[in-house]
Amino acid sequence: MKKRFLGFAAVAALSVLAVSPASAHRQWMMPSSTVLSGDDVWVTVDAAVSNDLFYFEHQPLRLDGMKAWAPDGTEVPIENKATGRYRSTFDVHLTQQGTYRIASIADALMGSYDLNGKTERLPRGTTAANLAERIPAGATNVKTAEANNRNELFVTVGEPTTTLFKPTGKGIELVPVTHPNDLVAGEAATFQFLLDGKPAADLPVTIIPGGIRYRDQLGQMDLKTGADGKVEVTWPEPGLYWVNVTTPQPGGGEEGAPPPIARRASYVTTLEVLAP
Amino acid sequence: MSMPYRVLLSVGTGVFAAVPAALAAPATMDVTVTIPQLKVAEYHKPYVAIWVEKAGAPAKTVAVWYDHDMKANEGTKWLRDVRQWWRASGRSLKFPANGITGATRAPGPQKISFTRAQLGATAPGDYVLVIEAAREVGGRELLRIPFTWPAKAGAGGRAAGKTELGAVSVSFR
Repeated sequence: MKKRFLGFAAVAALSVLAVSPASAHRQWMMPSSTVLSGDDVWVTVDAAVSNDLFYFEHQPLRLDGMKAWAPDGTEVPIENKATGRYRSTFDVHLTQQGTYRIASIADALMGSYDLNGKTERLPRGTTAANLAERIPAGATNVKTAEANNRNELFVTVGEPTTTLFKPTGKGIELVPVTHPNDLVAGEAATFQFLLDGKPAADLPVTIIPGGIRYRDQLGQMDLKTGADGKVEVTWPEPGLYWVNVTTPQPGGGEEGAPPPIARRASYVTTLEVLAP
Repeated sequence: MSMPYRVLLSVGTGVFAAVPAALAAPATMDVTVTIPQLKVAEYHKPYVAIWVEKAGAPAKTVAVWYDHDMKANEGTKWLRDVRQWWRASGRSLKFPANGITGATRAPGPQKISFTRAQLGATAPGDYVLVIEAAREVGGRELLRIPFTWPAKAGAGGRAAGKTELGAVSVSFR
């Protein structure tokens, strides 16, 4: 399992930058449905990186690292993939009853080393697997930090299931207290966030309702996980919501000095809240 | 029918003797659901779900009218649009469901009857009959009619929809 993640991390690492907190752009996926009925149905997903939610107007989200899992845990294909100028799109064929996970998971290494009296950054796309070959001979003072990014969606056919919520123990992960496909406006929902498998206390959780283009106020909700990693949110209205959890990053040091290398993890999901 | 009448008479409830129908404990709920006639360019008969709620108990679906006869069970794709029912009960059912699912119905008063057992109302107490309609390329509407069991024979509750449902009424016999 670990090996497979690392295998596509190199290509997926590009998308890491898109979701880094330094960038104003938001990485998102927009599903055609999250609550479905029927025995043989599909979900189509648009995926992009842009400021406004959910309007594809800047960059497509690369699909290299996109995967999907059926409720029984088997991996199912990402079908009809296409990447255009502003967005990517793909389908997942839903033939089982229960909750599917669709996710782009990228694990990379950030870091630096000293060579000939200068400090150099590790190039993009560095992973634990290729670290050795990316560090030139004679380099000293090698510092690395992990960067784990997860952008995922849940869609449910029939009754919601929780078989796919077993944490991997890597990066930020969502554990349902309220199932993410059982959300209704006016009701409160609780989610638990884990960082490397342990409850992630005091993490900022940003929730923004979609439809930004047609209103004046962003409507952003700034929440924080409790000591148990849990956060509660009451949905003001039905619609799609973008949820982002990112480990706080240390600021830059002296003028011009790069910020210290710190472990970072980011989580993005899109939740659909139905009308009561 | 004459048996319970005689039995009750023998315990001396002579007051009720004039209305023998009231003496038999009702065993059946008759429901009339009026599907409104709509003047729209594209009309499809609505999906309708009827279920029973009781505090502390799971919702019990008693009827679903949907496109039950499409090839490959394709009519199930829109069941989730009857969204409160889907969440309360529908999503845990298999379709078609014997004795519960049937074809969509045309505009006009539509009648359907349920036994007390079908309603899941075997225990005495307060219940709510919920009727929800969702129409393809149209809207959605939901009505609630509270009832208690044991029920009194005759007319029960009623409710009137404004958009996707007309008058809905229940009576007991």
